[in-house]
Amino acid sequence: MATEQDKILEEVTKGEYKYGFYTDIEMDMLPKGLSEEVIKEISKRKGEPEFMLEYRLEAYRNWLKMETPDWAHLNIPEIDFQDIIYYAAPKSKPKLDSMDDVDPELKATFDKLGIPLEEQKQLAGVAVDAVMDSVSVKTTFRETLAEKGIIFCSISDAIKEYPDLVKKHLGSVVPPNDNYFAALNSAVFSDGSFVYIPKGVRSPVELSTYFRINAMNTGQFERTLIVAEDDSYVSYLEGCTAPQRDENQLHAAIVEIVAMERAEVKYSTVQNWYPGDKDGKGGIYNFVTKRGLCKGDYSKISWTQVETGSAITWKYPSCVLMGDHSSGEFYSVALTNNHQQADTGTKMIHLGKNTKSLVVSKGISAGKSQNSYRGLVKVSKRAENARNFSQCDSLLMGDKCGAHTFPYLEINNNSAKVEHEATTSKIGEDQIFYCNQRGIDTESAVGLIVNGYVKEVINQLPMEFAVEAQKLLEISLEGSVG
Amino acid sequence: MLSIKNLHAKIEDKEILRGIDLKVKPGEVHAIMGPNGSGKSTLASVLAGNEMFEVSEGEVQFNGKDILEMAPEDRAREGLFLSFQYPVEIPGVSMVNFLRTSINELRKYREEKPLSASEFLKLMREKKNLVDIDSDLTNRSVNEGFSGGEKKKNEIFQMAMLEPKLSILDETDSGLDIDALRVVANGVNKLKRPDNATVLITHYQRLLEYIVPDYVHVLYHGRIVKTGGKELAHELEANGYDWIKKEFGDK
Ligand SMILES: Nc1ncnc2c1ncn2[C@@H]1O[C@H](COP(=O)(O)OP(=O)(O)O)[C@@H](O)[C@H]1O
Ligand SMILES: [Mg+2]
Repeated sequence: MATEQDKILEEVTKGEYKYGFYTDIEMDMLPKGLSEEVIKEISKRKGEPEFMLEYRLEAYRNWLKMETPDWAHLNIPEIDFQDIIYYAAPKSKPKLDSMDDVDPELKATFDKLGIPLEEQKQLAGVAVDAVMDSVSVKTTFRETLAEKGIIFCSISDAIKEYPDLVKKHLGSVVPPNDNYFAALNSAVFSDGSFVYIPKGVRSPVELSTYFRINAMNTGQFERTLIVAEDDSYVSYLEGCTAPQRDENQLHAAIVEIVAMERAEVKYSTVQNWYPGDKDGKGGIYNFVTKRGLCKGDYSKISWTQVETGSAITWKYPSCVLMGDHSSGEFYSVALTNNHQQADTGTKMIHLGKNTKSLVVSKGISAGKSQNSYRGLVKVSKRAENARNFSQCDSLLMGDKCGAHTFPYLEINNNSAKVEHEATTSKIGEDQIFYCNQRGIDTESAVGLIVNGYVKEVINQLPMEFAVEAQKLLEISLEGSVG
Repeated sequence: MLSIKNLHAKIEDKEILRGIDLKVKPGEVHAIMGPNGSGKSTLASVLAGNEMFEVSEGEVQFNGKDILEMAPEDRAREGLFLSFQYPVEIPGVSMVNFLRTSINELRKYREEKPLSASEFLKLMREKKNLVDIDSDLTNRSVNEGFSGGEKKKNEIFQMAMLEPKLSILDETDSGLDIDALRVVANGVNKLKRPDNATVLITHYQRLLEYIVPDYVHVLYHGRIVKTGGKELAHELEANGYDWIKKEFGDK
């Protein structure tokens, strides 16, 4: 049972040949390796303005001088950065004629996850008929946004169409020299999303990358920038619950959020990168820098994430609470199984007065996995009356896995009130037996218990996403108990 | 309904059940009494399918099926219910969600449609009255922070909801004050039907004042050493277990 998911994943990747994909792929790519020439070429092929090239080059020069980070609690094999292709134009994905051609096991996974048919088609690479509903949904969706003056497009388009906005905000939250992977991303980022919410506008819909054409396959160095002007609101969703596999092992993304006065940004993500087989081979290394800047007074940024994927995850969505009365929230579920390693957490940096932050972290470790939570709460000298509450819970399944919690506090103002609570629990055999005795089999029992455990976080997700996330957790844990 | 023949079970090579024979027919109430450590809870656990115990010999038929090979959830779906001596807490899982999952699993097994939310809530209201359980409790997580008495009531409430064919109540009376005891007993009596049966495990006679058993068995050292009518319970109450120990103790 433990390997059912692996098996499906295996099928998905092998399936390309078995189920008759053809390889009519127009390849437009640069040779392996990284140099100033490569970066110039990337920028040229993307048709970028001069400022962007300068930005990339400066990031690259910084990166050259940087040391690979200290790997925290992770055990990471050496990465050969000259063995990576940094530019490959979006290839036309091989298309299948209909859903009937899709690997039945892959389809079963989609059904289990409850992914809508249209989305299934996209994920499986089935050509979507132009008269299909989804297209008109998309069109209406874009029209609605345009009316409100909301910009939601790929970052590549934004660089060309809204260079001033991009220039003003890109790197304003995560500077190119922020850390090793941020520098690398800044030098070579391929694509990603750009969101701009004008003053006083509340986005009437949830912005989901699903609706952004060409959102799939944005590649390994994804870049997202979200700017919310005064009094605006947006809820942004990223990722999907379907298992995603990529031939690129290394993923280093950056997400930047800027919230101006009284603006509120909710960022939710469910990530299910291929974690590798049960021995940990072939999984994605996911190094992400996500940071939100509460720039204006009374602004609010909230991160919600459900992570089940990757062989190695290294990410700390953070909030810089600069505006007075601004607040940051972090809700996270990180599940690790088999040989996965996760080192996640958050940083809440209190700079303004009366700033508040809330952290709810739920780790689940199964198999031989290692799951670490690292949380930094920093209160600057000027930050009068800062408040933080952190709740970090770990749930262990079996006795070969590990959970570690590292709270870091840097408090430079005496008026700060910082509270940290941590618990570790185990799913007991007696709990499972109790459920069994009521007719609930072990897998459902684990599902019930795990979903109960993560409820607080899942409740933060938009409805359909929440349902998918719950199922995803159940599937990810299949066979890990009993 | 239930037929146990020469049942032996052990844990870590320690034999705890040493040849149990017992027959329970529909409509009957059996009481199993015996001093602490005699194997009463073990018998209940083994019947429910707890894998901690290894069955080394014997057979158990329930509804004409050999249940020893069945997974615990399937035994439950067949209609076997155990009211635990020590009900466990399951934080984060609401009673409502738990019970609804449970009921629908049982219904699925019987090829019945799952209960809708409103049907389920209606059923719950009905059964709540029967065992006089606080609404507040059903909104909380399974057994979490329940008092001892509340846990026991909650077991009977679940029994009422699931309508099992055979209920094994393991010391459901212990730790209850007289009012709670009456409520529990009342619930059990009201749920009694000609086609279901109850096995009461207890070491006090007290409960048997309220629920009148058809048979009383004395379990000692992993064996049923004596069987009688309800007067046997009185005898035990009057004389304690010493005479049993003397008569049946290992020589
Ligand atoms: N998990 C266990 N591990 C080891 N011994 C056990 C375990 N459970 C019960 N026993 C032993 O089995 C015997 C019977 O216990 P139990 O069935 O709980 O008795 P009763 O319910 O009649 O009081 C006791 O000697 C007890 O110590
Ligand atoms: Mg007992």
